[in-house]
Amino acid sequence: MNKVAEAVAVPKGRGRGSFMTFLSGNGALVGLVVLGLALFIATPDFLTGRNLLNVGIQASVIAVLAFGLTFVIVAAGIDLSVGSVAALSAMGSAWIFSQADLPGWIALIGGLLIGTLSGAVSGLAVSYGRLPSFIATLAMLSVARGLTLVLSGGRPIPTAPEVSFLGSMLGPVPMPIVVLIIAGTVAALILNFTVMGRYMYAVGGNTEAARLSGIPVRRVLITVFALSGFFAALAGLLLSGRLDSAQPQAAVGYELDAIAAVVIGGASLAGGVGRISGTLIGALVLVVIRNGLNLLNVSSFWQQVVIGLVIALAVGVDSLRRKTAQH
Amino acid sequence: MNGSPILTLDNVSKAFGPVTVIDGVSVNVLPGKVQVLLGENGAGKSTLIKMMAGVHQPDGGRILIDGEEVQLPDTKASEKHGIATIHQELNLVGTMSIAENISLGRLPRRFGLVDKARMKEDARAALALIGLDLDVDRMVGELGIAHQQLVEIAKALSLNARMLILDEPTAALTKREIASLFKVVEDLRSRGVGMVFISHHLDEIAAIGDSVSVLRDGRFIAEVPATTHEDELVRLMVGRDIDQQFPRRREYAGPAETLLEVSGLSTKGMVNNVSFSVQAGEVVALAGLVGAGRTEVIRAIAGIDPYTSGRISVRGKALPPLNVGAAIRAGIGHVPEDRKVQGLVLGADVNENIGYATLAATARAGIVDFAGQRKRAQEVADKLRIRMSSLDQTVGSLSGGNQQKTVFARWIVAGATVLLLDEPTRGVDVGAKVEIYELINAITAAGGAVVMVSSELPEVLGMADRIVVMSGGHVSGQLPAESATQDSVMSLAVRDVQREIEDKQMKDES
Repeated sequence: MNKVAEAVAVPKGRGRGSFMTFLSGNGALVGLVVLGLALFIATPDFLTGRNLLNVGIQASVIAVLAFGLTFVIVAAGIDLSVGSVAALSAMGSAWIFSQADLPGWIALIGGLLIGTLSGAVSGLAVSYGRLPSFIATLAMLSVARGLTLVLSGGRPIPTAPEVSFLGSMLGPVPMPIVVLIIAGTVAALILNFTVMGRYMYAVGGNTEAARLSGIPVRRVLITVFALSGFFAALAGLLLSGRLDSAQPQAAVGYELDAIAAVVIGGASLAGGVGRISGTLIGALVLVVIRNGLNLLNVSSFWQQVVIGLVIALAVGVDSLRRKTAQH
Repeated sequence: MNGSPILTLDNVSKAFGPVTVIDGVSVNVLPGKVQVLLGENGAGKSTLIKMMAGVHQPDGGRILIDGEEVQLPDTKASEKHGIATIHQELNLVGTMSIAENISLGRLPRRFGLVDKARMKEDARAALALIGLDLDVDRMVGELGIAHQQLVEIAKALSLNARMLILDEPTAALTKREIASLFKVVEDLRSRGVGMVFISHHLDEIAAIGDSVSVLRDGRFIAEVPATTHEDELVRLMVGRDIDQQFPRRREYAGPAETLLEVSGLSTKGMVNNVSFSVQAGEVVALAGLVGAGRTEVIRAIAGIDPYTSGRISVRGKALPPLNVGAAIRAGIGHVPEDRKVQGLVLGADVNENIGYATLAATARAGIVDFAGQRKRAQEVADKLRIRMSSLDQTVGSLSGGNQQKTVFARWIVAGATVLLLDEPTRGVDVGAKVEIYELINAITAAGGAVVMVSSELPEVLGMADRIVVMSGGHVSGQLPAESATQDSVMSLAVRDVQREIEDKQMKDES
């Protein structure tokens, strides 16, 4: 195995060599392209403008959730509450508009605040309360879902027009896709270019070394969970905007899709590794598979089986690749 | 000699890809002898022992066991021939008992269930082999490193090992623990167990070895008796004379200024009323046994751990307790004891690791100053001669010495003037050690102050200007380096009454 390490240590070549390096470092992207080609050959319905926009809309909620989750996973945490927080934020926003009769823009901002605060609470529990993030966010998953039900009385509530706008069309382009692109860009900027973003990688890579280097680990942890909450809220607003109403059972189980998207995108649950571009590809892989299987009339029961296998395959291939690269 | 070899590596070679790491090396391991492998990091010692253990297979040459050529395709095959390796990172499960660890993988069974009574009996028998008296129900994680190591040796012997490979077994041990380990080695020697021993401590070679195989850059250089003079060993190892192992120079000409002052420092249970100060251009060593509270003092100064009373000031200004950021801003840099666990993000590249302490201070509006950070990192990396393919190389793939220099580089970029060095040369080869000493010279020449915790007395005597000796959390004495000797430091380090008794026992035994 050491053979590979020595081979890798040799300076990277140009041209073909670096293209191969690029491919091996972007397994999920290769998978997505192969998947797209296969579907293009299998069904004429796949590569149509309408279907692709449809894929984009379907991907938007999962991808935005997963963007937020990427911060947490890079910092070696996990956030199980994103689906519930998305629902709570959407419901809170709708409640502010429909029940409290406040202006729509307040409902929009209020929804985002609710998500951010929920995330920050999880972050406090993890950093100062020293709860494992799995436990803290498992609790938040339950609390947020419960509050959603309490707030709604179990019934859907109509959303503000400002929120519904997020689910509408902007000319020929669906708003969810616009939001997806903006959210992804902002997330990537935060992770790659800000001090806080680099701190996330350091904390995820080695918390103790980060602390001893003067990195404010607790603040970093609170920030990643707050960001995760913010992006969850945005995803929740997107979802409710598309339906023009906040549903009490919205986004149930979405946290699992989001986690899947992040890990298919190449992030490590051990922390310190992960990219927003990878997460986007991961989300697209999930949605394209569902979309393609629908087009091919595969039952939704079998779709779940396929998705499960894809997750195992993607992460398995990735960890195998990393192992051979290390030794 | 003493019978024919248990194992012979006959003219073995090994290449990883285009790089030849072992080139025609021969080693014999004789029963009842300790064969020392000596060489700098990267000389090929670990590849050799991995060949013996069946982890790597030679590309050329033969492996002979009892004079017959064998193949060792995996570790099981080597175990079958009675070869056991005690790795630096021990293969024990901390949350399981000693007994369970010793029988791990071959738990005695009865009616399909674990036969606990027999398991414990076996474990006691195994411990008795090396005269270790421990409760076999204790969790391995509760034991100190030294005892864990002995448990691992006992485990190997219980597997009928007749040849032990000891990979830097003394690296994490105190003098006292080393002495008891060596007693076990002596005992095994008299029972005909062949041993391979790797250590960076030259003084241990004469104490425990029989014969030394010196390696350099994967080639066999010489086989010499273990009684060979240390200077000669170093010369063989690095291929040139190191005129001075400890090249301390005192070139600071500026005004005498107290940079760091610690007064009355106490922490919960570990440190008791410790006071000392360090001046610009000065190296103060904190000497003492492991557990004397030296690391705790350093960590309290660096703002990592809380303290119950006392005052720490840099340039006359008090530092707030438990605030790493404030300590860094005051000019403190901390090179921790365990660079892999506490110092570095191993999966991140050199550039990132050097920059962590300065990311925030150099950022504009929260955005990282990538170009500036990289430029500064490159400058310091060049100055410290960190050997890497580029700043983008992953830190985890650097050698120990270069990893340590990366931690140093972080604080030099941060402009630290008070450096707290905790075992700065642990696990670092001779050549890199000298480079680190030169670095300490450069820091003090520029008016910096250094506090160095070290368990290596020659290093303490060679590099420090003043030696503060600790024992049981107290400062037991201060010595100027010129007049200090190993004996005078050691006698202060064990001044504690209880320690004195143990020390006396040690003397009686030897």
